Amino acid sequence: MRYNVPVMDDNLALYKTMLLIRRFEERLLSEFSTGKVVGTTHAYIGQEADAAGIFSVTEPDDVVFSNHRCHGHFLAYGGEPYRLAAELMGKTTGLVGGRGGSQHIHWRNFYSNGIQGGIAPVAVGMALAEKVHATGKIALVFIGDGTLGEGALYESLNIAALWKLPILFVLEDNHYAQTTPVEKGVTGSISGRFAAFGIPFWERDTTDVLDIQSAADETVRSVRSGAGPASLILHTYRFSAHSKGDDPRSPEELAYIRQFDPLTVHGARLTAEECTKAESEIAVVINDAYIRADADPFPVLSAER
Amino acid sequence: MVTVLDRLNYALHHAMETDDRVYILGEDILDPYGGAFKVTRGLSTKFPARVLTTPISEAAIVGVANGMALRGLHPVAEIMFGDFVTLIADQLVNHASKFRWMYNDQVCVPLVVRTPMGGRRGYGPTHSQSLEKMFLGVPGLKVVAPNALGDPAELLAAAIADDDPVLFVEHKVLYTRPLLEPGKGDLIDFQVEQIGDAYPAFTLRSTDSARLTIACYGYNFELARAAALDLLMEHEIFAEIILFSQLSPFDLEPLFPSLARTRKLLTVEEGTLSLGWGAEVAVRAVERMDGLRVRRVAALDLPIANAKSLEDAILPSVQDIVNTALFLIS
Repeated sequence: MRYNVPVMDDNLALYKTMLLIRRFEERLLSEFSTGKVVGTTHAYIGQEADAAGIFSVTEPDDVVFSNHRCHGHFLAYGGEPYRLAAELMGKTTGLVGGRGGSQHIHWRNFYSNGIQGGIAPVAVGMALAEKVHATGKIALVFIGDGTLGEGALYESLNIAALWKLPILFVLEDNHYAQTTPVEKGVTGSISGRFAAFGIPFWERDTTDVLDIQSAADETVRSVRSGAGPASLILHTYRFSAHSKGDDPRSPEELAYIRQFDPLTVHGARLTAEECTKAESEIAVVINDAYIRADADPFPVLSAER
Repeated sequence: MVTVLDRLNYALHHAMETDDRVYILGEDILDPYGGAFKVTRGLSTKFPARVLTTPISEAAIVGVANGMALRGLHPVAEIMFGDFVTLIADQLVNHASKFRWMYNDQVCVPLVVRTPMGGRRGYGPTHSQSLEKMFLGVPGLKVVAPNALGDPAELLAAAIADDDPVLFVEHKVLYTRPLLEPGKGDLIDFQVEQIGDAYPAFTLRSTDSARLTIACYGYNFELARAAALDLLMEHEIFAEIILFSQLSPFDLEPLFPSLARTRKLLTVEEGTLSLGWGAEVAVRAVERMDGLRVRRVAALDLPIANAKSLEDAILPSVQDIVNTALFLIS
């Protein structure tokens, strides 16, 4: 069953999706200090409007390939917070039984992998499969400004356009590839990269979920119409470190980008009462998810190999 | 005369006729060209919608095939030269081979990547290598090589039917070789026994008094057979040959009955010597049976030269096998 899917034209539902992602990941980051979560993770905090806007205009069975920063996409796709928390804690009840962890999850038609660039052709192949099966589904692949350095991406754009495949390339430019600013990693034009392959692009520099939603709606309609691939370029801000503690940005810069907080931007459209109620609802959901996951067993490697 | 190429081509035709989930992807595979080595000849004429000619984009060819396999199709990707597998390493190692296990067995990846490996055609350093050793031992990836003894069509059909990704390594000299028939030609002196079904191994014996076991796969079976006959005719030494089709994961059970008789193992491969197939076979054999003597025959640890005189010196020869065998039993 899907959980808390964002809905177009439903301001409260959009807000709740973003808030769920925010509070889920804040809890996740805090659980590292309790030792309940180990390893690493890549928080989506700051970028929530992208996922909420996009998944409010997709169909439930569309095929999604996400990347290392996948929790927000997964939760906006309708994934259950408890199954994700269990996966992050390495429990048998996790999405993939603790085998994948933060970057490598699969549920229904949602997939993620931790390799930049390499996921792009895989998603193109998925789009091809949906096309030949005439399912009407489209594929979405989430890439970032950092992915623009990977050659496999350009091979994928070329083939997707050549074969007119139903795939949406969502590029979330959060201005940093780990610690490398986009100015030091990307030359020329980002949209020009898609245009060079004849792939139409919609580009927005905003953290307003409604703006993102309307652009996403147009791109998704274009892809679903059979016109071939499209791209959605979203300039956004990552408030958290790339993973856990690796953030060389200045306090001034971090303070500056906080003014674009999508929760504040969109929260202005809700009443204070609605916001407070959403907070308390989501606090319960997240607490339940983590507590329940914490009680679940750790997997044991099967003897048979 | 039926060749290895004929059988591989037949297997692709048969798979496409009987299963509309089968797609072929690769560079220059459309008729009338039909692929650089003609393995895909005739397919695009008969199944134009399911034979997809691609740009020169090896990573995307295998990546796209990966995605197709995850979503219920059975793609067969052709990589024009085996040397180009370096370009698909990410897709094989970090995507195709991992998905099933990483996603807790909730998906399967019925993907076949076919590619011609091997030298002896004068193609030089980047079109002659046997790079399959780089993919041996990758969890979740099978590496399979046809030979002229088992039916290459059945082997390829098994790979296409497999739920897991298979790297299917075809030695390019093997394409024009006729299929061998047990009891005929230079197999007349051997009893041939098949072990296993999908990716079988073969044991070749002629007597109870064999003094060494030669392990090999693919085209090098041709060299091993010639060496075994030379050892017999010139030196009155009997050798048993174990011919593998499945290189990885390592299943060496077919080897041990023979080693129990001979106590001497000689491995033959065309990849470079260091950290090769033979090294793993040898150490596994020694771990299993104390007191074995082992030797490896492989290419020198050098790029493969273009000049025939140099290429011949770099790649293993029948004489190398004979000489190493004589040393092994001395």
